[in-house]
Amino acid sequence: MITVLQAVARRDLLLARRRRVEMLLPLGFFIVAAALFPIGVGPEPQTLRQIGPGVVWVCALLAGMLSVTQMFASDLQDGSLEQMLRSPEPLVAIVAGKVLAHWLTTGLPLVLAAPLIGLLFGMQAAAIGALAGTLLLGTPILSLLGAVGAALTLGLRSGAALVFLLVLPLTVPALIFGTGAVVAIDGGLSAQAHFSLLGALLIFTGLGAPPAAAAALRISLD
Amino acid sequence: MPQPSPATTASSTPTGVLGASALACRRGRRLLFQGLNLQLQPGSITWLRGRNGSGKTSLLRILAGLSAPAEGALLWNGASGGAAQEAAHRGTLYLGHANALKDDLRLAEALAFLAQLQGLDDPTRRARQALARLGLASRADAPVRTLSQGQRRRGALARLALDDAPCTWLLDEPYDALDTDAVAVLSGLIEAQAGRGGAVLLTSHQAVPLAGATAFDLEPWRAP
Repeated sequence: MITVLQAVARRDLLLARRRRVEMLLPLGFFIVAAALFPIGVGPEPQTLRQIGPGVVWVCALLAGMLSVTQMFASDLQDGSLEQMLRSPEPLVAIVAGKVLAHWLTTGLPLVLAAPLIGLLFGMQAAAIGALAGTLLLGTPILSLLGAVGAALTLGLRSGAALVFLLVLPLTVPALIFGTGAVVAIDGGLSAQAHFSLLGALLIFTGLGAPPAAAAALRISLD
Repeated sequence: MPQPSPATTASSTPTGVLGASALACRRGRRLLFQGLNLQLQPGSITWLRGRNGSGKTSLLRILAGLSAPAEGALLWNGASGGAAQEAAHRGTLYLGHANALKDDLRLAEALAFLAQLQGLDDPTRRARQALARLGLASRADAPVRTLSQGQRRRGALARLALDDAPCTWLLDEPYDALDTDAVAVLSGLIEAQAGRGGAVLLTSHQAVPLAGATAFDLEPWRAP
């Protein structure tokens, strides 16, 4: 089970490395979209610091969604997905491998780029640290939920747009606790509760999403 | 055609008789066939025939466990139900219309991944040996996107040479896009599989150049 998870993740990472431009698109979108806000809102430091966490989080969610819609599409097209469903290994492990690869190629770069955006918004060091920490917990949730959405809409003509509509509302709790933690730390309060809830959300989606995505894939291919 | 025959070790795949009883298939609103009974005896080669749209691919997909039949059941050694389905899943190899090779991977990498999905050990060695048997040894390190249609098909068919286990093969149009050499190699692989006691079910538009193949016509089961 672990071997097939590793095998799928390694293959998807290899594919991402061979299509580097595609892999960097979400990161580029994230940086450009977040950088537009200071220009649009105006350079008032107080305002920027206030909207900073929310903007970074929302931009990260949208950037993560960009690539999650394609998680199974190319595998469906070239028949790889049929063979994954035919594998004697558990499909849940295969889905988990794909989610892991997606997070490593899009989620992790967003986490690493977030401090830069934080600086752009004039956030303090402690708040920037909290921002990166919440995204570290939050982006895997997005990859997991996105996998379910992508599996459900597989093969539909306007699948990508549907994934946005299906998955983004589900990420609202993560968004609330994620930005809440940064705001709390910025205000000198403890953010432990927020982090605990984010962690709980991650565990919950981590356990629930792969089986749901696997079941959705079986239905989509029928 | 002479073949170097590397000693591919057989993994312990359980063998059995794949069958179907009173199978019906519905695509959209149309009933393609119904009441279909089928049994793939060990060592038999069955050529599935039917007109375009008669449900050949749908039948293969049902037998492969990829889609659910509208009626009827899949049998493995005469038994139906969850455990039998699971065993049938492990005991069959399905090769669909699509090649399942990723454009951006090298041919050997793509094949090794498919071997890994099948749960075979030492996938890289198996993949290279299988490609050599299909005459693709020189193209093993070429990206799949640079290969011709026929070479890709041959690369996909190399999956048949990955393992020597006498499992049941379900092949959808395996002779598509192949040159005469590759046709001979594929026929050799299929006959060898039947010789090992594995069953083979294949679809083909042309008459198949296989010794001992029996035809199975979908026409009698066509829904009125």
